[in-house]
Amino acid sequence: MSDDQRDTRSIQSGRPTVIAPGHTFGSVTDKISSIVLTRRTPLFWFVPFLVASALLMVFLAAVAYLFVRGVGIWGIRVPVMWGWAITNFVWWIGIGHAGTLISAILLLLRQSWRNSINRFAEAMTLFAVACAGMFPLLHLGRPWLFYWLFPYPNSMGVQPQFRSPLVWDVFAVSTYATVSALFWFVGLIPDLATLRDRARNPLAKATYGILAMGWRGAASHWQKYETASLLLAGLATPLVLSVHTVVSFDFTVAIVPGWHSTIFPPYFVAGAIYSGFAMVMVLAIPLRAMYGLEDLITMRHLDNMAMVMLATGEIVAYSYFFEAFIAWYSGKPLEMFAIWNRMTGPYAPTYWLLIFCNLVFPQLLWWKKIRTNIVWLFVMSLDVLLGMWLERYVIVVVSLHRDFLPSSWGIYSPTIWDVATYVGTLGLFFFLFFLFIRSMPMISIFEVRTLLPQAEVTEGVEK
Amino acid sequence: MKTPIYGLMAEFENPTALAAAARHVREKGYRRVEAYSPFPIEEVNEALGLHHNRLPLIVLCGGILGGLTGYLMQYYVAVIDFPINIGGRPLHSWPSFIIITFELTILFSALATVLGLLGLCGLPMPYHPVFNLPRFALASRDRFFLCIEARDPLFDRHDTAEFLSSLRPREVSEVAH
Repeated sequence: MSDDQRDTRSIQSGRPTVIAPGHTFGSVTDKISSIVLTRRTPLFWFVPFLVASALLMVFLAAVAYLFVRGVGIWGIRVPVMWGWAITNFVWWIGIGHAGTLISAILLLLRQSWRNSINRFAEAMTLFAVACAGMFPLLHLGRPWLFYWLFPYPNSMGVQPQFRSPLVWDVFAVSTYATVSALFWFVGLIPDLATLRDRARNPLAKATYGILAMGWRGAASHWQKYETASLLLAGLATPLVLSVHTVVSFDFTVAIVPGWHSTIFPPYFVAGAIYSGFAMVMVLAIPLRAMYGLEDLITMRHLDNMAMVMLATGEIVAYSYFFEAFIAWYSGKPLEMFAIWNRMTGPYAPTYWLLIFCNLVFPQLLWWKKIRTNIVWLFVMSLDVLLGMWLERYVIVVVSLHRDFLPSSWGIYSPTIWDVATYVGTLGLFFFLFFLFIRSMPMISIFEVRTLLPQAEVTEGVEK
Repeated sequence: MKTPIYGLMAEFENPTALAAAARHVREKGYRRVEAYSPFPIEEVNEALGLHHNRLPLIVLCGGILGGLTGYLMQYYVAVIDFPINIGGRPLHSWPSFIIITFELTILFSALATVLGLLGLCGLPMPYHPVFNLPRFALASRDRFFLCIEARDPLFDRHDTAEFLSSLRPREVSEVAH
């Protein structure tokens, strides 16, 4: 198909092209690699990086104090022993899921528009999982003994309990972190080779050279590489669905009213993708503006992501509705009390704010005007991130604070150290993310090349 | 006598030219041929007769090994090494072992994919002759290369160079060892 035909087709369908017209293999290569190699590091990189570094220091201080004093510095008290730590864990790991969805599921579904957003979305996954992993570790009480969670020959003569969802979680999250890192690195190899061939600075050349491992773009390698990408995508797809399912098992396997429900696995996975796409949007909108990448991350990408948000948001809405319906329909007083307490109890404002953030406000995404307005999209994404955080807060805290016996009821409120640890992981996340966009190509160069019309073999090779 | 070379490299401007050239070279009977491109091109793989590779088999083995490791590890711990009697419930409670079995299947398969990819491609490779050609740096940017290696039985320094030139490349150069 020629350029003209493509343009006509996209004009007819009324949608912008995936990549703005006029690009060549050379121009996309130069544009993306120059951010890392030649352009001056801009002020808008330094300022957020310094803020993130400062927050990272807050995190280190909070963790140091936690190591000294123990988890009592947080607001967790009987009966609410999970508090912000587990809320943040579920929130962060959910955010990671969008990266894997974009890199694996959309690859299998041949959604080629994903090619210009998958790299930084995968990096987001990696860093979000790193932040997520902090919370269960720190919440252990004695975090330095975390390795007790793995089975190894030990002098204590005890072993982990493999029937516990908390041990499943250890394996699910560590597998997820490893596979995400592998997927990300394999995706980077051809681009690292590009950076190696283009770097002028000897140190940069050597570093990218070692990381690229001698990749030379041979056809026999590309063929295996494509097989490997497909296989990794095929493996990561059930993995990502399993991870949030296992996270939801942490709740559902317990008999706590409001947790013990079969709807949790799909509801958690949909919620994870919902918040994850919101985070991709929060990262993509400023990045494309700051680095002038509007021609590579086009309005079509934002529109598509907004539609994924809308779709997963509707699944989440359906789950909220059904959670309430089943509680009523079950006729079980404890279940009915749990939901009624959510809606009218001491945490009712949190619940209704969550309903507003996740259900009411995002309905604006039905309008194309909203989906193609970057300010609205940015606000909407922040709103969804807040809403999904509140959802986990409501699930964790509101279900726990009314125990089976009224004598064990309590009220949870976070302390300054809860806030410091949470804000600290935001610092860790953005610290890692800004290091990434400074040192690695944030858009997959070789996959963007395949999106160009010139990449198609046009004539003369019929069999 | 001239020093031996690694092969002859032809440079092309676009993927269509590369795919056509690859097909001609194969038709001529050359077998030690490699194409280099900044992104994967299916037609070139076809032209060069690259159809199958052993990676899926390696991944399958990795997955089976992972699944067995996961299940047997849990069986060993829960039944043999550290049995806990909880109200007489069975020690071999297989449904609760499925998740970790699944996770380790994925983990081992993914590791097998990456190690298998590197192994089959012979990476990391610290030195390769094609990088002796200065223009080869463009293979990771916007140029398409086709190399006939000197160890091909039909290879002749003069004739092969002439044949490559007839495919209308941008230029043909010798690749030093």
